[in-house]
Amino acid sequence: MFDLRDLYMQVIVDHNKAPRNFGVLKAYNHDADGYNPLCGDKLHVYVNVNDDDIIEDISFEGEGCAISVASASLMTEALKGKSVSEFPATFNDFQHMVTADIAEEPDEEALGKLAVLAGVREFPSRIKCAVLCWHTMKSAVEDSHKVAVTE
Amino acid sequence: MFEIEKIRGDFPILTQQVYGKQLAYLDNAATTQKPQSVIDAISHYYECDNSNVHRGVHALSERATAEYEGARKIIAAFFNARSEREVIFTRGTTEAINLIATSWGSANIKAGDEILITHMEHHSNIVPWQMLCERTGAVLKVAPINDDGELIIEAFDELLSERTKLVGAVHMSNALGTINPIADIIRKAHAVGAKTLIDGAQAAAHLAVDVQALDVDFYVTSAHKMYGPTGIGVVIGKENILAAMPPYQGGGDMIRMVTFEKSEYNDLPYKFEAGTPHISGAIGFGKAIEYIENIGFDAIGKREKELLAYATAKAEAFEGLRQIGTAKEKACVLSFVLDSVHPHDLGTIVDREGVAIRAGHHCAMPVMQFFKVPATARASFSVYNTESEIDALFAALKTAQDIFA
Repeated sequence: MFDLRDLYMQVIVDHNKAPRNFGVLKAYNHDADGYNPLCGDKLHVYVNVNDDDIIEDISFEGEGCAISVASASLMTEALKGKSVSEFPATFNDFQHMVTADIAEEPDEEALGKLAVLAGVREFPSRIKCAVLCWHTMKSAVEDSHKVAVTE
Repeated sequence: MFEIEKIRGDFPILTQQVYGKQLAYLDNAATTQKPQSVIDAISHYYECDNSNVHRGVHALSERATAEYEGARKIIAAFFNARSEREVIFTRGTTEAINLIATSWGSANIKAGDEILITHMEHHSNIVPWQMLCERTGAVLKVAPINDDGELIIEAFDELLSERTKLVGAVHMSNALGTINPIADIIRKAHAVGAKTLIDGAQAAAHLAVDVQALDVDFYVTSAHKMYGPTGIGVVIGKENILAAMPPYQGGGDMIRMVTFEKSEYNDLPYKFEAGTPHISGAIGFGKAIEYIENIGFDAIGKREKELLAYATAKAEAFEGLRQIGTAKEKACVLSFVLDSVHPHDLGTIVDREGVAIRAGHHCAMPVMQFFKVPATARASFSVYNTESEIDALFAALKTAQDIFA
């Protein structure tokens, strides 16, 4: 029997209660909005990329359920210091993890702490909450000026 | 005599378990479950009588037509319409409002006219009027609500004027449970010469409606919130107003004669029913109404009051819970937020405990904006619910609080 604690792991509860990198960056050169109209989750992601293409700083603000807030918080931790060119691969790894077959173990080596979100696979209506921040980040680094949606 | 076990026995879906837990279905404001009599009537139609209506001379078509029109008679009597000509089948409340906004609106609304609605309307009683205003240059006015989620009557009175051509109001709010004083609203609207549309989607399974006593111009509702099937609803409209309105959609059944030069439209109610209708839906709707009549509104009202009182007492005693919608006149809906748990997390957690509730904006975003919440959790009750299901809800809320503690 799948336990609710497999979704709401302590790490997720903690990140929801005290989200990391929350607020507006003093200096940023990319940003984007994310919005899931059906559930009302709203995010804004701020990114400061330096001349070497490194994500020097990243933050988010907004409101949403525990899954969307914790996912955004964990994402900012995972991406800070990484290069922008690495982002598409991480995006794909994360997307794969949350939509993969239940039997498939998440690739903890590639995903690190993000693997705590693997539990959303059991909750199809909540996958969109976990990926909203990633789509918003994608809009930001691509400067698409489109509001990201995952519904 | 109200026998809960007998009533629950009429709804086969309620006996099931989800995730190994007994189902507690508390999402009746979204849609109610269907009694066996409704399910059987729909099956019987497809097994024995399936045919097109108003067309064939063969036995099946005659039976299908008799059942379809029989349902219209049942509905007309239930709402005390003056005749079956005042009962127009639609896909549901949403299409019913769109029909009025499009057909009546295009013939009667011009630039500078005003449509007055309330702040607690469902999107389906907001957006069609916004679209009408965009087409015509009319102005949409919104009567405000107070912190209990009640219409502020004085403000409504002030917004009402000779410019008001239509007042649209929800009978019972799906997001708050508030019951509006519709008799008063209709009387005041008529005093300035405005027509009235009452959205009865949420109310019609819980409150007796007499369209003649109310003198309402258009009363609209959906079968699926009244123990009937999805995809069917009605406009109950005054015949003289309907007769003067242009058709909504063109097609078969709504015409008397067609040539390439000109078509002559059919009489009421068929003028507004283009195409093959939802025949089994109408038949199921008729059966659902018979089901409600068999229990009776006195028993339904009494039982649902008990359930709401029981749930409200529990909600008031529950630490960290804020009720959204505390109107003096309300029914069947407990909308709330918890301090520590977002409504969507709550929805997921209580679901795993077998409790089905709604989490979201309930298609009433302006209500959410008024109460400054992104969403609420909503438990909504029906005549087949029990106190132990409400206990299961509150136990699940405690589980959610513990997870986020």
